[in-house]
Amino acid sequence: MSYALELKDLRKNFGKTEIIRGVNLAVNAGERIAIIGPNGAGKSTLFNLISGRFGPSSGEILLNGQRIEHKAPYEINRMGLSRSFQITNIFPKLSVFENLRCAVLWSLGYKYTFLKFLSGLKDANELAEKYMAMIRLDKKRDLLAMNLTYAEQRALEIGITIAGGSNVILLDEPTAGMSRSETSRFINLIKEVTIGKTLLTVEHDMGVVFGLADKIAVVVYGEVIAFDSPEAVRSNAKVQEAYLGSHSAEEAGGH
Amino acid sequence: MEFFIISMLNGLSYGLLLFMLSSGLTLIFSMMGVLNFAHASFYMIGAYFGYTLTNVIGFWPALIIAPFLVGGCGVIFERLTLRKVHKFGHVPELLVTFGLSYIVYELVQLIWGRTAVEFTPPELLKGSAFTLINNATTGLQLVWGAAPAEMCSATDAAIRIVCSPFPATRAFMMFVALLMLLALWLLLTKTRIGLVIQAALTHPETVEALGHNVPRVFMLVFGAGTGLAGLAGVIGGSTFVTEPAMAATVGSVIFVVVVVGGMGSLSGAFLASVLIGVIQTFAIAFDYSFVSVSKDLGFQLSSAMQNNSFLKLTVSQVAPILPYLFLVLILIFRPKGLLGTREG
Amino acid sequence: MKTYQFKPYNVGRWLIWSLFAIVLIFAPLIFTSNLSGTMLAQMGIAIIACLSYNILLGQGGMLSFGHAVYTGLGSFVAIHALNSITAGTSQIPVSLLPLVGGFAGIGFAVLLGYVTTKKSGTPFAMITLGVAELVFAMSLMFSEFFGGEAGISGNRVAGQTIWGITYGPQIQIYYLIAIYTFICVALMYAFTQTPLGRILNAVRDNPERVEFIGYNTQRVRYFAFIIAGFFAGISGGLGALNFEIVTSEVVGAGRSGGYLLFTFLGGATFFFGPIIGGILMVLAFVLLSELTKAWLLYLGLLFLFMVMYAPGGIASLIMMNLRVAAFGKLKQIWVSYLGLFVTAFVALIGAGAMIEMVYHLQLNSALGDNLKFMGIVLNAKGVDSWFGSAFVMLTGLGLFEAIRRHFLIEWGDIQIEIEKEIKRREAA
Repeated sequence: MSYALELKDLRKNFGKTEIIRGVNLAVNAGERIAIIGPNGAGKSTLFNLISGRFGPSSGEILLNGQRIEHKAPYEINRMGLSRSFQITNIFPKLSVFENLRCAVLWSLGYKYTFLKFLSGLKDANELAEKYMAMIRLDKKRDLLAMNLTYAEQRALEIGITIAGGSNVILLDEPTAGMSRSETSRFINLIKEVTIGKTLLTVEHDMGVVFGLADKIAVVVYGEVIAFDSPEAVRSNAKVQEAYLGSHSAEEAGGH
Repeated sequence: MEFFIISMLNGLSYGLLLFMLSSGLTLIFSMMGVLNFAHASFYMIGAYFGYTLTNVIGFWPALIIAPFLVGGCGVIFERLTLRKVHKFGHVPELLVTFGLSYIVYELVQLIWGRTAVEFTPPELLKGSAFTLINNATTGLQLVWGAAPAEMCSATDAAIRIVCSPFPATRAFMMFVALLMLLALWLLLTKTRIGLVIQAALTHPETVEALGHNVPRVFMLVFGAGTGLAGLAGVIGGSTFVTEPAMAATVGSVIFVVVVVGGMGSLSGAFLASVLIGVIQTFAIAFDYSFVSVSKDLGFQLSSAMQNNSFLKLTVSQVAPILPYLFLVLILIFRPKGLLGTREG
Repeated sequence: MKTYQFKPYNVGRWLIWSLFAIVLIFAPLIFTSNLSGTMLAQMGIAIIACLSYNILLGQGGMLSFGHAVYTGLGSFVAIHALNSITAGTSQIPVSLLPLVGGFAGIGFAVLLGYVTTKKSGTPFAMITLGVAELVFAMSLMFSEFFGGEAGISGNRVAGQTIWGITYGPQIQIYYLIAIYTFICVALMYAFTQTPLGRILNAVRDNPERVEFIGYNTQRVRYFAFIIAGFFAGISGGLGALNFEIVTSEVVGAGRSGGYLLFTFLGGATFFFGPIIGGILMVLAFVLLSELTKAWLLYLGLLFLFMVMYAPGGIASLIMMNLRVAAFGKLKQIWVSYLGLFVTAFVALIGAGAMIEMVYHLQLNSALGDNLKFMGIVLNAKGVDSWFGSAFVMLTGLGLFEAIRRHFLIEWGDIQIEIEKEIKRREAA
């Protein structure tokens, strides 16, 4: 049985600087992994490598057993991996509904057709409506995406990510910049929409991490120094030293 | 042999002129992300300012003052217009410069008329810089200035002498261009403002956060870029022709240079300018076509092939499209340009 | 159990398209002069061309400086096909010649578009410029296809006539153009409602994100380029039939620039914007150019102001004001509008007087120093004429600026009121 996502000795250099220095990771299908680490550790770079935004300098990335390194983002997406962005990356001049409908078009097989009308695509429209309800933006159906509030845009961002029906979801700091109440609502949303899917999320909020994740991967200076259950990671000495600080055992949910 | 040398030098001088123009364009593009569609228009303004100032105060003072005037125009334009559309993105910026090119074209015709004006180089530059004399008996000689008549024609008709002069204007063009290149390099690498510019090239917000007045730096860079174009205009206008159509002729070539060299790369622009300048100059000189070469080599072509307009084309006739062909080829085989590093 | 869906008849949509058809049918019957006839025909052609250009600009975010390549090559292929009909080597009916142009447009778009759409944004724009220059330079080299200086002429009265329609009279060619215009506008509108059309919009908004939802951005652009080329070719083919002569200027930079200018002026952000643009293009080229020699200067200035202050073009101005009117706020601001128009007009008169005097000095000085401008006699060398014009212009500009600032405040207030009203309606 192959892993949903596997990274084998992944390395990435930008010029002479080694950002990712040999990352090994194996994620089972259906697992929820939180990736944590100090700023600049290379977490977003890892996501960029996995999702195809750029290619690794060496090493392998396997999605459901198939090599995906150096493939274009759209190829990787068609193979079942979807990602969200830390800086909201939506379609500003399209409405909420249109945003989601665009996200479902390829997965439903409509490709580059210009011989069908969007209004007649029942499955696409129904799916878009469903996701819109899931991310609780159905009341803002026809509002242009650029006119949404920040949290609503983040919700739309996640909506676009999952609407394609990918089985492996990468969320890059989904709750960045949100207040505490928004964050907890968001976490419940994420839990709901990723049922049965493999989830990797980069997070800084420890409360989110310990509440959401099955396993935690700790990335420091481009290497994974720990990959284990939350309790094991919390009590891992190396992690404490590098990231959580030696008093982390007493602090269960703070920054 | 002398033909090769002179043509090479002609090509180099034209290429360096192209570089004077495309360096300003590249600087502006790298710094501000703005592709100045009106860059060749500033070249034209430089030529016309040079022409008018020459008639008033002489060529040499005009050579100094005209570029500053043109740079001033650039600064005014940036301040009044470009800055306003900066927030709309890169496409509106390009459109604004596009509109400016129309306006400049019409204004130039309004003020100076629709026909070419006589912008002649000063006395010092009117002659030849040097002359290459290829004497069948004595070989290749170089004479500074124009060669005296007796050296160019032999009393004995059997001796073949060819005199190839190299115009002083062209030599001056190369001189100024190389000087400018040196100054630019020194400025960017050795001065503080150059450091700021280099940093703002890739990280304008960071530089602004560090306290530098980036909008003002942008304005200065735009002014400097257009000023360089103006300088090229004074020289180009006096060497070649000063007319309203001069912006269009050179305008599209410098865009090709910038894309072929690699967007945002000064060294790439240099390489591409010289390459295109030399190739085009040589091409114009060659009158060979597929048909004529085949004839010379002794091949028999069918009359259909001989009359085929495609095969009848001489290299010199094809010369004008060579830069654009180059562009298409680069895009197919090396899309990021010869020395490009940034994705446009 | 079958679910019934309530799909109300979209009255508004049928109304607009019917109105459009009615205008197309009755326009030449209302404007009956010869000049109107040619202008109306040219407007149809321009509308198709500008709409096809907007597939790239407004819908795809692709700024092209070389659209005339595709309209122009469509014209050339069509006129050669026309000549082959006249020569008897081809049986294509003349009515279908624009389609021949369209397929030529597709062919060239497939060929040249592959290289062109490899990049996006500013590099894309420059590549279109380079390709356009390439084609134009080639048009001067290959005189068999391009006809050299004289171009290629043809006679649209050729081949078999159906129902007695020879296309000799202007009115007949107009109705052919009108039919093609209606169908093409409808098809291009339909395109905006298809998956490819919508993904093209997504590419315009955020090309990177599109890759992450499974689409190859470059391919989307390539397909859009080809479709735009199809309609551009049709426009070119109609042009060939209308003028019966095609010269190399149809692939020139001036024409490409014109498409860009007027599509943008009409409004690239709304579907009907380029229709306005096309109409304005014909009016400017035919009428305005007769009025003053400085028309390109005025156009350039207008374009500059549009980019700075109204980047959505005339269409967006109309829509914004329709919105204001819908909320009943137009009466608050119409006085300011009037003021703006009057002062702008005054400033224009002053500037225009000066420009005409300069042209007079340049071109007509043999006729003496006096010229007529809007009914007044001006002395091109007289100080008072110059002083007067400058004074008029500066006064106009000054007042315009003052009213403009006042207008902006009023406009801002109205927008706030409208927003409040919208929120109130949402909550209710």
